[in-house]
Amino acid sequence: MTRDLPVRDIAVVAFAQTDHRRTSEELSEVEMLMPVLHRVLAQTGLKTADIGFTCSGSSDYLAGRAFSFTLALDGVGAWPPISESHVEMDGAWALYEAWTKLLTGDADTALVYSYGKSSPGPLRDVLTRQLDPYYVAPLWPDSVALAALQAQALVDAGDTDEPALAAVAARSRTDATLNSHAQLRGSVPQGEYVVRPLRTGDCPPIGDGAAAVILAAGERARELCDRPAWIRGIDHRIEAHGLGVRDLTDSPSTRLAAEKAGAFERPVDTAELHAPFTSQEVVLRKALKLDGGVRVNLSGGALAANPVMAAGLIRIGEAAARIHRGESDRALAHATSGPCLQQNLVAVLEGDPR
Amino acid sequence: MSKEPVAVIGVGQTKHVAARRDVSIAGLVREAARQALDDAELSWADIDAVVIGKAPDFFEGVMMPELYLADALGAVGKPMLRVHTAGSVGGSTALVAANLVAARVHGTVLTLAFEKQSESNAMWGLSLPIPFQQPLLAGAGGFFAPHVRAYMRRSGAPDTVGSQVAYKDRRNALKNPYAHLHEHDITLEKVQASPMLWDPIRYSETCPSSDGACAMILTDRAGAARAPRPPAWMLGGAMRSEPTLFAGKDFVSPQAGKDCAADVYRQAGIADPRRDIDAVEMYVPFSWYEPMWLENLGFAAEGEGWKLTESGVTELDGDLPVNMSGGVLSTNPIGASGMIRFAEAALQVRGQAGEHQVDRARKVLGHAYGGGSQFFSMWLVGSEPPDA
Repeated sequence: MTRDLPVRDIAVVAFAQTDHRRTSEELSEVEMLMPVLHRVLAQTGLKTADIGFTCSGSSDYLAGRAFSFTLALDGVGAWPPISESHVEMDGAWALYEAWTKLLTGDADTALVYSYGKSSPGPLRDVLTRQLDPYYVAPLWPDSVALAALQAQALVDAGDTDEPALAAVAARSRTDATLNSHAQLRGSVPQGEYVVRPLRTGDCPPIGDGAAAVILAAGERARELCDRPAWIRGIDHRIEAHGLGVRDLTDSPSTRLAAEKAGAFERPVDTAELHAPFTSQEVVLRKALKLDGGVRVNLSGGALAANPVMAAGLIRIGEAAARIHRGESDRALAHATSGPCLQQNLVAVLEGDPR
Repeated sequence: MSKEPVAVIGVGQTKHVAARRDVSIAGLVREAARQALDDAELSWADIDAVVIGKAPDFFEGVMMPELYLADALGAVGKPMLRVHTAGSVGGSTALVAANLVAARVHGTVLTLAFEKQSESNAMWGLSLPIPFQQPLLAGAGGFFAPHVRAYMRRSGAPDTVGSQVAYKDRRNALKNPYAHLHEHDITLEKVQASPMLWDPIRYSETCPSSDGACAMILTDRAGAARAPRPPAWMLGGAMRSEPTLFAGKDFVSPQAGKDCAADVYRQAGIADPRRDIDAVEMYVPFSWYEPMWLENLGFAAEGEGWKLTESGVTELDGDLPVNMSGGVLSTNPIGASGMIRFAEAALQVRGQAGEHQVDRARKVLGHAYGGGSQFFSMWLVGSEPPDA
């Protein structure tokens, strides 16, 4: 297929994240975020006032209060006033908004950040509030139960089995031993069933964390980074909300987003998938046609750290960082939102030829 | 870098009321979206992406409602973005959608903002205790009243100006079939006799709490050429933010508002807003914000905004009409209020504003703000395309 390529080259030039932890109750969101903002700016030598556009992603429901993002702006240091926006979504979508802003030529650099503190409330209960408020949410079906429905559908379809899922968990947490930011790493027992067929080990840790990325266009990107991670394509798609009308063993929205992002034009060497549950990696590998030659979630992925609202942006950041370090030439990054992979974003990143 | 020109070819809104008990949230948003599509004579299949906005999720008690609303808005299989920038969100949402077109990422985009405040209690939603921060448990009026008082003291405005704005906006609302408040027996005396809520803000000088949605269809030059009715062209658009609370903040006339307006005027080639702009849909949730924003937006010198209001310049038949639709003072589904300003500005330059149409409205400003006067979004739309 042929795609209209973006009229402007835009790259991820810097990435920073917190050490993700089960709880950070001694810190406000601003205090959790500020070191990350400082680190990502320091990587490029930019100051807040040098940034052309700022965009963030977060969710009020995690903090348990309205307008939780307004005070995060204090951490950015928005004075003199800045051009700024916010999506009530994972930071991967904030990055998408910033990417479009840079494409218009209105800005040459963008700061993207997101954060989530899951520790203030019971996350499984909180996430039920994402569901249809009239017919489904009153039943409080939680995120693990819904993921288990998907996992069982996969097992029933012969797409996976429990040992295969356990292998995904073990591989992810072994890889995470090299990731100092990860919350759960090394040898982690598969544990008891949480909701059959998912065991503790098939589920992501619940944690608090933040991440930030800097984007830059064209020559600006080369000035700020030795090996920019160029965004060759980025697209996102949503599916129906009702689980009953979806084939849970497949992810057509991921496949379509990947197609629009140009992921299938040439093979990728690295993939960072936002798959909070082991079973979801099975679905995503199929939708993205990833074979054994692709290194998947070398960071440990969401099974090693899943700070809600930042975990998707971290996938893009981890993929970009591998390109920055010369460990990848063409990487795919994926982010998800909603129950059972309802909404999916795919970005394709490339380093300059070596 | 050349940007694709952005045109508004469809506008839809619900009849705003205190409680729409006859529809779900999905039913409410679909009603506005359907109207916008009908206005543009397009179908769901013509839409490439959906950008949705609303104020805090706590107002309806649904976390990230875009997930649940994907089906109702025909978004399945499409990109869907959810914007949240406090009270300015309706405007920001339109600007994010406009950027998708301007960047040539998508040809035709549906953008929509809503609030169904009857599903919960906005005062409660705004008043949750926050660890590490000073409590602000008095709702929005308690926060803004001292800043109004500061404006009055600074400008020497007579204390009648606020009631005059409310009286004007409520009369304008009578000409707008979608407005929430239709007070047929409104008089200036009634406004002035209404109870004092947060001194100096009286009951009749505050916005209502509404259920409602507003939608627009934005498209590129090719899409505009096919539109059945005149398009409104975006001539400039910008967002600006500053911190909520800090020693250097001017709550009466925030720098972010001035900078945002200046950016829009620069893009649109506006040298003198008072002369070059024909009308304004301004975010005025408390009546005194009309004279305050007239100054902040550059329509009057500092301390002089109230004189425009007092002399009738901002009346529907005045030289610079403000809030022809009745404004936020007459209709306030919070998350949609900013987009209604943007959409009403578009209706004016398209000549589609009905009874509240201003003659020869060629360039009209849509304005929104949010948070503690810290988030601003604005666009200027015109009856002619940007290069013409």
